[in-house]
Amino acid sequence: MGADLPLFPVQASSMAGRVDALYLFLILISVFFGLLIAVLVVSFAVRFRRRSPDERPRPVHESAALELAWTLVPLGIVMVVFLWGADLFFAMARVPPSPMEVYVVGKRWMWKTQHLTGQREINELHVPVGMPVKLTLTSEDVIHSFFVPAFRMKKDVVPGRYVTTWFQATRSGTYHLFCAEYCGTKHSGMIGTVTVMEPAAFQAWLAGGATGTSLAAAGEKLFQDLACVTCHRADSEGRGPRLEGVFGHPVTLASGERVTADEGYIRESIVNPAAKVVAGYQPVMPTYQGLVNEEGLMQLVAYIQSLGGPATAGPGAAPASPAPTPALASPAASPRPKGQRR
Amino acid sequence: MTTQIGPGESGPPRPPVPPTIGEPSPPRVNYLNVAYGVKSWLLTTDHKRIALLYLAGVTLMFFLGGSFAVLIRLELVTPAGDLVQSETYNKLFTMHGIIMVFFFLIPSIPAVLGNFLIPLMIGARDLAFPRLNLASWYIYMLGAVFTIYTLVSGGVDTGWTFYTPYSTTYSNTHVIAAGLGIFITGFSSILTGLNFIVTIHRMRAPGLTWFRLPLFVWTHYATSLIMVLGTPVIAITLLTVVLERALHLGIYDPRLGGDPVLFQHLFWFYSHPAVYIMILPAMGVISEVVTCFSRKRIFGYTAVAIASLAIAVIGFLVWGHHMFISGQSTYAGLVFSFLSFLVAIPSAIKVFNWTATLYKGSVSYDTPMLYAIGFIGLFTIGGLTGIFLAALGLDVHVTDTYFVVAHFHYIMVGGAIMGYLGGIHFWWPKITGRLYPEMWARVAAVIVFAGFNLTFFPQFILGYLGMPRRYHAYPEEFQVLNVMSSAGASILGLGYLLPMVYLVWSMRYGPRASANPWQAKGLEWQAASPPITENFERQPVVTEEAYAYAPEEEARVV
Repeated sequence: MGADLPLFPVQASSMAGRVDALYLFLILISVFFGLLIAVLVVSFAVRFRRRSPDERPRPVHESAALELAWTLVPLGIVMVVFLWGADLFFAMARVPPSPMEVYVVGKRWMWKTQHLTGQREINELHVPVGMPVKLTLTSEDVIHSFFVPAFRMKKDVVPGRYVTTWFQATRSGTYHLFCAEYCGTKHSGMIGTVTVMEPAAFQAWLAGGATGTSLAAAGEKLFQDLACVTCHRADSEGRGPRLEGVFGHPVTLASGERVTADEGYIRESIVNPAAKVVAGYQPVMPTYQGLVNEEGLMQLVAYIQSLGGPATAGPGAAPASPAPTPALASPAASPRPKGQRR
Repeated sequence: MTTQIGPGESGPPRPPVPPTIGEPSPPRVNYLNVAYGVKSWLLTTDHKRIALLYLAGVTLMFFLGGSFAVLIRLELVTPAGDLVQSETYNKLFTMHGIIMVFFFLIPSIPAVLGNFLIPLMIGARDLAFPRLNLASWYIYMLGAVFTIYTLVSGGVDTGWTFYTPYSTTYSNTHVIAAGLGIFITGFSSILTGLNFIVTIHRMRAPGLTWFRLPLFVWTHYATSLIMVLGTPVIAITLLTVVLERALHLGIYDPRLGGDPVLFQHLFWFYSHPAVYIMILPAMGVISEVVTCFSRKRIFGYTAVAIASLAIAVIGFLVWGHHMFISGQSTYAGLVFSFLSFLVAIPSAIKVFNWTATLYKGSVSYDTPMLYAIGFIGLFTIGGLTGIFLAALGLDVHVTDTYFVVAHFHYIMVGGAIMGYLGGIHFWWPKITGRLYPEMWARVAAVIVFAGFNLTFFPQFILGYLGMPRRYHAYPEEFQVLNVMSSAGASILGLGYLLPMVYLVWSMRYGPRASANPWQAKGLEWQAASPPITENFERQPVVTEEAYAYAPEEEARVV
């Protein structure tokens, strides 16, 4: 334990400085108003202390202007804070174009992360510095929360649905990953690390940990094993809709509603196929809930994503095989040992 | 206020009386000595006796909940989870939360002080429904029995928030018993609120118009509205948890076709306004104490009265600020954030008005005033840090960390409990007819204030550094701040034990109190100390506004 007592966590993401700026602004406001009240209360209490037991102070005339002032001035200040906080929040919600994609499953009491290139980690996540990373998260059981204090980033991971968030690391190092939503007995053991690496080192790490099977390829294998392919045939002759080129496109449902075939829609259509049946097809597909876990579902989603979609998709749109390599700078730089720790 | 009451105590304008502290009331029958025996207490319909029954109940629950806090802080002295097992730790913070929120903070001021004082303050003989009042105490105790059963049968580990699907599907602890305990206690809250609303509407003394009411009554009126309108929602919510857990109805667990986030909406729809159930009555106490000990009418009476109602109403519309990162829509977050900033304004108005009340007053530093000044300071910090949490982008980082833990303890412990202790001291002479030892009480108030800040201020820093709440073990770099917090907690614990000792002592050995030892305004001070069962010898009639502390010739100028 060091002798120094830090007041701020390390700033290691593009958002960290912006969050800290609002925090500092609010500390200034709080110190100002806190001191104002404290000084007024103490000085009034001393200056107007009771000097004789029978003292009856004369009444003070009330001032509507004063009351209006201490209603409107705080209102103005909090509106500034509201707008500032909202602006930050929307920036956090907008994923930048062409991010590197990582799939995360929370499970009591561990984090499982999968890279599109097939690397799978437990309670660890390796990412390159300077590149936006989009996380698609879900939970196998209860609600968890993916919290990296150094990135000022936190997102509840809710079972039964996909949530997304993103960060762009700005500083290499190893940072805490916490579960921030209480999830049962070993909640405080559901911790890990996020390792931010220089791009070259990250490339080397990718190469070192390659399994030879990308996420989409693993999904393709599942697609065969679960016999999805018997109905979802590439020749449009199956009982289920053809899946090529579907990802990211709107589809028309039997109800006439149009939805976008995104990650969440595909997941739902596997575990609860009757919920949103595509127009022109019968609701004959059985549920696969319980037959395939959340990691497998993410592999299937990655496979369907690889079958094509809008050209704007990131590395995920690459074909199933061979394993794609995220476009990163200076691939030739010398590798560093992976998993370096503070 | 002008009243016609018993001989020897009437007659406005009263010349300034010499300090009456220690001067014995004439020995006579009062609500305490009118009957003896267990039956005379357990079957009483006297609001004052029921208040004391509640006092016994909430004090027991406070020390039960507090003992869990002691164990939590002991465990957190070291980074490793070495004192108790994880499962035990999780049960400790769950039981601490359930007991403190539902069995201490929510009933404390309304059911003890409100019950005792509202009829006295409005010049009534009792609450509108005395038997319903007794029933509400029994219902409270039945809920407490369920909670204590939960405890002895092995406890519950869901956190006081009961988040699904953990509570409905995954926890192997006594969720149903704990849920039913809260469900049952909720009815006592609803009945108390209903009783207050009817009483305040129908039983005010002649001349006591709405805008002559003491602010304590206003805040209890606002609180009662929340109790009556909000509590049914938590009742239904907990019942659905029990149904999903027992019968596997798919309401919240996605595997059964439910939506886990729906639970959070329902839970916080009650549990955020519940924060105002805890803090509004304390604000009422502070308004009474600040005016009495500065001998001034409150600055901006109307603004403070209306602010209570504004808090109660807007408080119902901000529940989503607990869920900014839960997966609710970004735009919903925007609306809830905006409304949360609005609810800060009436609270700020109150703080400014209390401060302005001191201006050109006659300020004395008796114990209730020390608690009131402590309240203003701690509530200001609690309120200002609420602004941090309402700011969307900043909340993402600090939510579910110790920052939130520190924030709500500043409101609930620094605010509500300081208000409660201040109120207990202020009205102790009225309740018991005895004076407490002033020196010990001042020492205790200072210890509570110092211990509180040492306990909870470091937690703001811990939270911003990223320590999540509900962690049994934590990384080593957080140890220094945790040790500070635990050290503060031991001081705070001492500060809470002291009043327990000297208040009990004073019930037997304290000097007898006069009817109005503080020379305070308000009808309750015109009844004897302790009051007779019927409260007043004759029906009081009110001819003045509240807090008419100014000399008679000046009063008309106001």
